[in-house]
Amino acid sequence: MSEHSEHIVSPIVYMVIFFALIAGTTVTVLAAFQNFGQFNIVIALGIATAKATLVVLYFMHARYSPRRTQLVIVCAVFWLAIMLALTLSDYQTRQQHLSRIVPPAALYRA
Amino acid sequence: MSTAPLVPEHELPDTHYLNATYGSGRSIRAWLLTTDHKRIALLYLASVTVFFFIGGIFATMIRIHLLTPGGALVSPETYNKLFTMHGVAMIFFFLIPSIPAILGNFLIPIMIGAKDLAFPKINLLSWYIYLIGGCFVLYSFGTGGLDTGWTFYTPLSSIYSNSAVTPAVIGIFINGFSSILTGLNFIVTIHTMRAPGMTWFRLPLFVWAHYATSLVMILGTPVVAITLLLAGLERMFHLGFFNPSMGGDPILFQHLFWFYSHPAVYIMILPAMGVVSEIIPTFARKPIFGYSFIAASSIAIAVIGFFVWAHHMFVTGESTYAALAFSFLSYLVAIPSAIKVFNWTATLYKGSISWDPPMIYALGFIGLFTIGGLTGLSLACLGLDIHVHDTYFVVAHFHYIMVGGAVMGYVGGLHFWWPKITGRLYPKALSRFAAIVLFIGFNLTFFPQFILGYLGMPRRYHSYPPEFQVLNVLSTAGASILAVGYLLPMLYLFWSMRYGKVAGPNPWPATGLEWKTDSPPPTENFHVTPVVDWEPYDYRNRPDLGLAAGGPLAPAHGDD
Repeated sequence: MSEHSEHIVSPIVYMVIFFALIAGTTVTVLAAFQNFGQFNIVIALGIATAKATLVVLYFMHARYSPRRTQLVIVCAVFWLAIMLALTLSDYQTRQQHLSRIVPPAALYRA
Repeated sequence: MSTAPLVPEHELPDTHYLNATYGSGRSIRAWLLTTDHKRIALLYLASVTVFFFIGGIFATMIRIHLLTPGGALVSPETYNKLFTMHGVAMIFFFLIPSIPAILGNFLIPIMIGAKDLAFPKINLLSWYIYLIGGCFVLYSFGTGGLDTGWTFYTPLSSIYSNSAVTPAVIGIFINGFSSILTGLNFIVTIHTMRAPGMTWFRLPLFVWAHYATSLVMILGTPVVAITLLLAGLERMFHLGFFNPSMGGDPILFQHLFWFYSHPAVYIMILPAMGVVSEIIPTFARKPIFGYSFIAASSIAIAVIGFFVWAHHMFVTGESTYAALAFSFLSYLVAIPSAIKVFNWTATLYKGSISWDPPMIYALGFIGLFTIGGLTGLSLACLGLDIHVHDTYFVVAHFHYIMVGGAVMGYVGGLHFWWPKITGRLYPKALSRFAAIVLFIGFNLTFFPQFILGYLGMPRRYHSYPPEFQVLNVLSTAGASILAVGYLLPMLYLFWSMRYGKVAGPNPWPATGLEWKTDSPPPTENFHVTPVVDWEPYDYRNRPDLGLAAGGPLAPAHGDD
């Protein structure tokens, strides 16, 4: 297949994805009324990520795109991961102090 | 002694991109609607130069104000606005677009043997977006100014500042798209439009540097655009993103801002490194040492540059663990930077060096960038950073990178390719003198600031203790010399456009594909699509350059 040719996606696929997204939205709303403790955010973001993946793969045709386009998408997600992970490296350790792992005596020795 | 010219007199080609007729002929309209990458580069040259002068005027006022300990010129509030507007104009509207949008735009298609960029209309669109963003920022400057610092830290920018933050933020948001589109255009062009034989490892290092720069532009710019928009939304609609009283986090702004703005330093310096990589082998008459290492180090700088941003935040409340990680990662960036410096130096070794004006700028770049880079390592050191954080040491460090590095590269690149852009040579003796004036003025301006910072003079203060006056006067004196160093090239380059001697296609002579076409080039860049069958910078095996193998540089036509 040429890189420039358009892949024709059948309307059935679009409809299936559309209803999957609607179902995801419904699950998000239902989950919002339940308290899962610290998993609240994990569940909400998990559903959102799955929906975004469907949009990118099917509505944005990433599944049918050339390898190079897919590589660009993966790189973009990787860059987002860098931003989130290194930012979280600050937030997740903000309350800790070096004295937890290094004895204060060693830390403040002249 | 014979006065006969060593090379024949050249004449300008009959038709070239400057006089070619497009649609409505040679009118203003033909320029404003052009899709020729070379003309768009000149449009950028004009508009970027305007911003350079606006930023330069603010810098001049800052330095005059700091002549006396109490401040000689403006009120403290106005002083805050001066350094902010200097930073915004210089960084977002001069440094970031300077080399990529002018030299990159002009040269990348010619260097790879293409007729234009991949998306010529998008290229023109990016210039208009730049202008629209610039108008918003100028509106902000003219209606109350801007006093947040170019970093727009919240909550100052989003709550407390009474200055015109909103139009400035909107202007920078808009301008970001110009940068993204330029980067996109370069990447697609380099991937898809190389001439037959122009393999990846025959690409000029200038192109490699712009490829790396484009990656940073595309991956980083959206983040700062959205971040500034969020700060604007918080300011306009009181949405709590960064304001703690509304559930936001001010440090989050700094994380997001520096995620782009530190890599943005590499948007500014990588293209300048590309320029230097072209100039050094040309005037040392040698193949560049370690081609693949220099190419790979550009990509390495672009990638590692994304891992270091929070070294700007060591004392703003980030966790000690994160600071340790970012300190370590920041040291890593020094490795690819050092690879470049060592390779340029090795290229000079036993080279047949000539002191043409571009070479003086390139050598100046190597020295000043090295000082700027090494002092950057000092700042990446957690302990030392606490001592010199927010002092003039930081100001001196980043001006050594930005002005000593990026601007020296930009002016050097203009001198190197000016004969290609305009078809004419400038007076060489005068331009050598200007380069040396610029080098001396720069060092006199910024070296005292290292000492001031180490002694404890904070940045962004409108007054200082009297014992710092001598060094401040030295710095201001240097700034006036530096201004002469910038004005001189402006004058003689402008003069040369009409009165300079005709350069001919390859005045230096150099090996790149851009020197194989006319000066100025025709609209389609080459009369016949070139086929590349030589290695880059192969000064030893290019008899067509008219040089003895490894021999000295033939006196360029028009030397005075």
